[in-house]
Amino acid sequence: MSFDIMREPRRSSSRRGFLRLAGGAAGGIGIASAAQALDAGDPLAVPEWSRTPGAPSASPPYGRPSPYEVLGRKSRTPPTFPGAASTGTPLQHLHGIITPNGLHFERHHAGVPAIDPERHRLAIHGLVERPLVLTMDDLVRMPSVSRIHFLECSGNTPWLGAKPTWTLQDSHGLLSCAEWTGVELATLLDEVGVKPGAAWILAEGADAAGMTRSIPLDLARDGAILAYAQNGERLRPEQGYPLRLFVPGVEGNLSIKWLRRLKVGDQPFQTREETSKYTDLMPDGSARQFTFAMEAKSVITSPSGGEQLRSPGFREIRGLAWTGRGRIAGVEVSTDGGAHWQAAVLEGPILPRCLTRFRLPWRWEGGPAHLLSRATDETGYVQPPREALLSVRGTQSFYHNNAIAGWRVAAGGNVSHAV
Amino acid sequence: MRFSGLGLLPCLMVTGAALADPSGPVSLPGNGLGPLAIGQPASQRILALWDIDVRADGQGLPAGHGSVRQGEALFGARCAACHGAQGEGASADRLVGGQGSLATGKPVRTVGSFWPHATTLFDYIRRAMPYDAPQSLSADETYALSAYILHLNGILPEEAELDAASLPKVRLPNRDGFTANIRPDVPAHASQAPLTGITAPR
Repeated sequence: MSFDIMREPRRSSSRRGFLRLAGGAAGGIGIASAAQALDAGDPLAVPEWSRTPGAPSASPPYGRPSPYEVLGRKSRTPPTFPGAASTGTPLQHLHGIITPNGLHFERHHAGVPAIDPERHRLAIHGLVERPLVLTMDDLVRMPSVSRIHFLECSGNTPWLGAKPTWTLQDSHGLLSCAEWTGVELATLLDEVGVKPGAAWILAEGADAAGMTRSIPLDLARDGAILAYAQNGERLRPEQGYPLRLFVPGVEGNLSIKWLRRLKVGDQPFQTREETSKYTDLMPDGSARQFTFAMEAKSVITSPSGGEQLRSPGFREIRGLAWTGRGRIAGVEVSTDGGAHWQAAVLEGPILPRCLTRFRLPWRWEGGPAHLLSRATDETGYVQPPREALLSVRGTQSFYHNNAIAGWRVAAGGNVSHAV
Repeated sequence: MRFSGLGLLPCLMVTGAALADPSGPVSLPGNGLGPLAIGQPASQRILALWDIDVRADGQGLPAGHGSVRQGEALFGARCAACHGAQGEGASADRLVGGQGSLATGKPVRTVGSFWPHATTLFDYIRRAMPYDAPQSLSADETYALSAYILHLNGILPEEAELDAASLPKVRLPNRDGFTANIRPDVPAHASQAPLTGITAPR
């Protein structure tokens, strides 16, 4: 699986070292023979980079990853309309809880607009006392907040069609986590004065899809942010530059990108994206609507699909857990397909509606293993097995699959998606 | 409108207080300075080109009208390349058929089988279609295309015409097919919550 190898390797020895660090998940195609590789027992050489000064500072002014680091987002399958597609984050190659801005997952419905921030406006009107039009400068002047939250597409982790060859990027890649800075939506609502009877807010994007979702007023006041910055810098175009709505803990589609308009009303607006799409079809033919919350979920990020464990011995099982309902309370890990579970160690700070990293020391003895993780959140909700969800929802609900998932380690060390 | 340094200072003070709990969902306290008085008033005249949403009760529908027959020609020219000659689906979503399939193992979700509100069809075409030229259709054309797609689904007769009064009255077959979110929908097992070591924040 070499989806994230986007150029030919340069120096084979370092290349191989990188692949080892990455758990070998990218191994296989395009890796040059290890002609210059160090073998165990060779004397350590003094390489050329230790014998001559390196590149000057600010080269380039906006720094980039090492040329040996070649991660990228990708679609699970080639999209029919490249502008109306999603690309997943390569979570198996990331560390900690923050997603680099260039690797945050994407979902667009009509491409990425090229918005001039000087010409961008946010309008807020409807059931408000003082309808306003705001510039970006206006928004940046207003009281601001910075908060770290995950964002997950409710279509993440398809219910059907899983393949043993799936990597974590394929199965869970529509998940990312960042620090979002902007104006609390509640601040703006207080500024314009919400009229009696107001209950829902329509949020609309300035993209060619004119993307729209209705958001209940209480959810809008529960920490939603009019975000203009992500991880310290202004939003990237594909994340909604210059302004997006960010609604923590709920399906990513509500966090309307390229936000241009908020309309306060007394009922939901019944947009296409909350009727035809983003509703959950049940076995009796009814469909659940406004299924916002992303329930507790976790996944092991290493070892994970596509890796080749090269030798028995110590490994750290690493993973991510998250819930839209507050904080993660615990994560259990099984290495035998769920027969036995052990508590993993959570790494703090454990933030609400944020990714939480978990770890468990493990010794792979060289035989087959079936790795699973199961999260519990502070409400007491425990991440359910797939069968439990299917027994209620059937197989056609499409969205909101937070079932326990994991990886099979074959006797020879090959790691594959456990379908 | 560029901001002045004078206006920035109180904002910074409020921000500092809020950062005491940078992760919490708690709203900012009042800044004690009264309204922010930032931004320009938005009149309906200013908003006219942006205020394009249409609700299920028809609020937001513009003047104009369009017929099934007018929609047929338009559909062939502007929609069929992606949705198929009869809305059967091609590179883009199927629009027609599927009625009675929702409770089966192979549900077909279309305007006719799944969508609850005819107004949503008008709203979506108006803002987002055709994919290569959104917001290029007139109100009359949007009414006509809505009428034709509803006709293809057996919901409107061939001689029908739609306008702001008639469109909200069109009742789609799956109007009552939607329910509230009832999750969690599987038993929680709080008693199984594991004892978990937590490393200290740095």
